[in-house]
Amino acid sequence: MEMPVPDSTILARKAHLARRLAAVLPDDALIQDEMETRAYECDGLAAYRCPPLLAVLPRSTQEVSDVLRICHEEGVPVVPRGAGTSLAGGALPTADSVILGVARMNEVLEADYDNRVIRVQSGRTNLSVSGAVEEEEFFYAPDPSSQLACAIAGNIAMNSGGAHCLKYGVTTNNLLGVTLVMMDGTVVEIGGAHLDAGGLDLLGVICGSEGQLGVVTEATLRILRKPEGARPVLIGYDSNEVAGACVSDIIKAGVLPVAIEFMDRPCIEACEAFAKAGYPMCEALLIIEVEGSDAEIAHQLELIVEIARTHNPVELREATDSDEAARIWLGRKSAFGAMGQINDYMCLDGTIPVGSLPQVLRRIGELSKEYGLDVANVFHAGDGNMHPLILFDANKPGDLELCEELGAEILKLCVEVGGCLTGEHGVGIEKRDLMLHQYSPVDLEAQLLVKDVFDPKWLLNPAKVFPLSATEARRAPALAAE
Amino acid sequence: MGALPPNPQNIFGKMKMYTPQDEAELAEVIANARAPLCIKGGGTRGCGVEGAALSLAGLSGIELYEPGSLTLVVKAGTPLAEIEALLASEGQRMAFEPMDARGLLGTVGAPTIGGAFATNSSGPRRIQAGAARDYLLGVRFVDGAGQSVKNGGRVMKNVTGYDLVKLMAGAHGTLGVMSEVSLKVLPIPEAVASLSLAVADLPTAVRAMSAALGSPYDVTGAAYDPIAGLVHIRLEGFAPSVQYRQEKLTAELAGFGLVALQDDAAGLWAGIRDVSAFQGREGDVWRISVKPSDAPLLAPVLEAEALQFDWGGGLIWALTSAGLDLRARVAAAGIAGHATLVRADQATRAALGQFQPQAKPLEAISDGLRRRFDPRGLLNPGLMNAGQMPSGQKG
Repeated sequence: MEMPVPDSTILARKAHLARRLAAVLPDDALIQDEMETRAYECDGLAAYRCPPLLAVLPRSTQEVSDVLRICHEEGVPVVPRGAGTSLAGGALPTADSVILGVARMNEVLEADYDNRVIRVQSGRTNLSVSGAVEEEEFFYAPDPSSQLACAIAGNIAMNSGGAHCLKYGVTTNNLLGVTLVMMDGTVVEIGGAHLDAGGLDLLGVICGSEGQLGVVTEATLRILRKPEGARPVLIGYDSNEVAGACVSDIIKAGVLPVAIEFMDRPCIEACEAFAKAGYPMCEALLIIEVEGSDAEIAHQLELIVEIARTHNPVELREATDSDEAARIWLGRKSAFGAMGQINDYMCLDGTIPVGSLPQVLRRIGELSKEYGLDVANVFHAGDGNMHPLILFDANKPGDLELCEELGAEILKLCVEVGGCLTGEHGVGIEKRDLMLHQYSPVDLEAQLLVKDVFDPKWLLNPAKVFPLSATEARRAPALAAE
Repeated sequence: MGALPPNPQNIFGKMKMYTPQDEAELAEVIANARAPLCIKGGGTRGCGVEGAALSLAGLSGIELYEPGSLTLVVKAGTPLAEIEALLASEGQRMAFEPMDARGLLGTVGAPTIGGAFATNSSGPRRIQAGAARDYLLGVRFVDGAGQSVKNGGRVMKNVTGYDLVKLMAGAHGTLGVMSEVSLKVLPIPEAVASLSLAVADLPTAVRAMSAALGSPYDVTGAAYDPIAGLVHIRLEGFAPSVQYRQEKLTAELAGFGLVALQDDAAGLWAGIRDVSAFQGREGDVWRISVKPSDAPLLAPVLEAEALQFDWGGGLIWALTSAGLDLRARVAAAGIAGHATLVRADQATRAALGQFQPQAKPLEAISDGLRRRFDPRGLLNPGLMNAGQMPSGQKG
């Protein structure tokens, strides 16, 4: 992975920069020892590592503002970091950068049930936001798989989704306001507890900007009352086409489940070997979950089962109690762990129009054979967000590169059928160089203009999202000006 | 391009109007423009700026509709009525309930999908289903330099690059002129029911709406009509489910006031969406967005002639005597939010601006975006930032 050449003049100023940062931070908030900065050398995309020059762990918006102001004055790149769970390398440092971690900013500032919002510091983990309002039977809807560990800051940066976004939407649909610190240290408030922020939808463009427009230190999020209950049904088919048609028919019939998960045979086999959930051995498995009171759940499941039967399922298993529900989810929830057991894997994240599902799965199968690497598919079928898992051996020379090539082919396929490169993980460094497959240079230029406005010196989260060649002209003058 | 007249046509008296027939012509009109353009969908919200009209009427039609994927791709000038009819034929709809502004503003024409997204027009279902911007999956637009740009796509989950789709929604054409939009549609629920609670005062009404919205019953509308003294609560879904939730809510809300079932739920909620209570009445119309619990604090100081509360109290429609500056009153009450001047005479619009001025650093960002996307200041100039512009430049 090509990264910009570190600026030697910045490396030479490490001690000076550390002194300036130390002056505005508590003793324990600045990390400069090379052994300790190594803890921040990578995120969830561990194949790529680079220790930062320094790391800071501020506790307040003011401290974040001071750090950014100093780095701005010094012309030093800053890489914001939530919990470091990005699968796309969104928090990968450069050697001349300061890592700005928000993990210590994890307070709940206000839980407001009358207005159904919660205000939190952005370092708070996703699951603990729901945890804070659980007693009152409320929850925060976006639920990425990493929700135990991942931070709201990262969720906002990547516009994270989850299994339940078919009904509840992704982060951007549940975010009402932020405190944003600009690269020059300016603190701005956007939106709040009211449902629409005035003026241009800046909140909309900040969400999903991968930490390149500013550092979010606080967020106002919508919270919802928990449904009375939820229950899944498991349906097995002997072909991906039929399972895809079933999903389409359910949606057309007006049933909107909270989740429709899809697993293909390689994934079912791996999960079964790992978790022993008692899954049937078939080509395609659907797990469909609905919510409501017992009677409402029964009614919706009845409709779903009726549709599912018209497609001749090889297996149809309704959960009648929470034990059975847990067994149905067991395999799906351990899918990633099961894969990790077998091998190293790379998790892709393209989205496709739901109707293209069978065609795309068939082509992925062919590509898998061509490259000689196994691919298992587990994904959110209701919204077309695929997660092909490519198995490879990190210790085998050339295997990672081969895996990345296959990954790129699969993502290009997603774009070809009318989809996109990433549905919820973000571009980061991982898919940076594929951006021109989805967008023309003019399309990308429009996005770069936004970056120019928020971060004119191009210091925030360098070398992510856009191909380096597309941003070179902008980064060069910024560096030359130093 | 031969199809394009060298000069705009004179259609309505002296008003010049361009009507490009495709995106290439649209790009050519903008690239060749030398003076401000007033971007026009169906024209039902009027033109906020002076300049030749740029009508999207020629860019109309369905490009792709996949009911099983809940996605629709249409040209921006397509009338909402045409889209609604098509969707209804498959039992689907636009869940964000775009407003029909004709009655309130006394305009004619046919509301378009481009206009609905450009104004982020979101109806009563905003509280449960989201705003217009939450349904916009992808856009094609022409920027102020005349370049065609695409962003987003036609899939429901997409975080590839910056989300200019959201930025275009609600930008009122000031960052670019949308030529094509992809949107998410949803099934029309099998049943709808609307409960009405007799509540005489606003604080109780907001508490009642808060209780309904904080229930597990997936309320899709919560509005208060202070003249009738009625809180309206809407439920949608499968018939047995609506029946069940209606019974539950009736019991749980009984403490707030007498509960009754409304006959014409569809008509009632269309009226709330379009603020039909203010139609045909003189005066300025304001739309104020606040935290619902602030509504009872704000309402008394507005000195409005009539009020309507939607979104659980978070959306206040106010009918006032002409020329009143409601923003000053919101600010004086120390309440966070913003007020949009939806209807007023030219003098009031010029004096107050349609949109609330933003805090300085935010305004700097917004102006920076406008300057880059529309460097020559051609697209609805001054419409969103009249308050900041020198008086000579007001549109």
